[in-house]
Amino acid sequence: MGAFFWELTFFSCLGLQILDSSHNRTVRQISWSPNGNLLASASFDATIGMWEYVGNEFSFIASFEGHENEVKSVAWNSAGTLLATCSRDKSVWIWEVLPGHEFECVSVLNGHTQDVKMVLWHPSLDILVSTSYDNTIKIWTEEGDGDDWHCAQTLGPPGSGHTSTVWAASFNATGDCMVTCSDDLTLNIWDSSADLSSANDDDSAKWKHLATISGYHDRTIYSVNWSSLNDLIASGAGDDCIRIFSKSQDGDQEGSQSYELVQKHEKAHTADVNCVQWHPKNPRLLASAGDDGIVKIWEVVGDLPHV
Amino acid sequence: MAPALINANPIVHEKKKRTSKPQANYNDAIPDVIDELEIFDHVRDITDPEHPYSLEQLNVVTEDSIFVDDAKNYVKITFTPTVQHCSMATIIGLSLRLKLLRCLPPRFKVDIFLAPGSHSTEAAINKQLNDKERVAAAFENPNLVDLVEKCLVSTEE
Repeated sequence: MGAFFWELTFFSCLGLQILDSSHNRTVRQISWSPNGNLLASASFDATIGMWEYVGNEFSFIASFEGHENEVKSVAWNSAGTLLATCSRDKSVWIWEVLPGHEFECVSVLNGHTQDVKMVLWHPSLDILVSTSYDNTIKIWTEEGDGDDWHCAQTLGPPGSGHTSTVWAASFNATGDCMVTCSDDLTLNIWDSSADLSSANDDDSAKWKHLATISGYHDRTIYSVNWSSLNDLIASGAGDDCIRIFSKSQDGDQEGSQSYELVQKHEKAHTADVNCVQWHPKNPRLLASAGDDGIVKIWEVVGDLPHV
Repeated sequence: MAPALINANPIVHEKKKRTSKPQANYNDAIPDVIDELEIFDHVRDITDPEHPYSLEQLNVVTEDSIFVDDAKNYVKITFTPTVQHCSMATIIGLSLRLKLLRCLPPRFKVDIFLAPGSHSTEAAINKQLNDKERVAAAFENPNLVDLVEKCLVSTEE
């Protein structure tokens, strides 16, 4: 393996529709509901916007507020029943999706000591991950069967973890592994297979650090995405490069894992790469977005690893 | 009464004589390599947030505090606030950033740091000044941009 080649695919992209007039400051992130009918947007204007796709058109259906300042990220749970948001105000909010396009805040999670950069749900369970400027990753779960959410675990120093801002996280297909990226120029791989719902202090019921991928990135890593179709990890960084990592086939000892760089694309953009995202259905396609204002679609040419 | 100044009596230094750049700027045959002096010229006249002096006059920036690698599209500025507890350090850092954002070609990556040991909360300010998301949010804040724009008005003019 390691024989991948890139090809830039030029789609003739039709501007389907421009969604404006809902936010008056930067829109930092958008997120599709699992059924694809709703689109949520997180904005520096401290609000979350909601759009519905009906009759071949997006209509603006709701805007909700609560955060004190910039909303940095928004994410849907796998069932599409819960929405999470996070903000520079250090909090993470969980919203319940009610009938009639109502969104009700069911929990405000405080625990991070700084700006929260990203929220992300586990691919099948109602486990929420948040990453922060305070260098930690927090895992939130529901307590019992009520609406009481609490921090089940904090991943970070001392011991293992990142030494600067954690910008993003991504799960593999099954959710038993998670990757995080940071301003400290490393990626961390975590074993996320432990069942955190059995709230005890037993060490076996915790997520664990598996590997650190260091020495590859030259500037802040802003984005990481683990493909659920080909098991490859893509990273986008402030050095304008896109890199692809894969689990090493050899040297797979018990309890430890290593990852290798299988592809590096220099000058993927002419400025920082802010986001990389694998296609959810086509294992060969990767989209990237840069500070150069451009979105690029990449096609992997060559053999893909078997999942 | 005016609010108390953070550093009421700063030491004011001489301005360096300006040396105009050789013909490179006007001759397309000579590659226009951006060097330390050019960056210094961009930032030397930024006005201190609380004194009618330039950052050069207060020794906040010097030519030596600038590092440029044109081939690698990289600029690093290390600035020294006039006092260790200077609450204006973030404003000075943002002024440097905005000025270079406007003057330099977009290919450049700019890192802005406090000189080691020059500030009581050095690590926190460095982290903030180099978090582009927070800097972008700061530049959307009209009050803050007002402060920064005032600094960018040269004392020369």
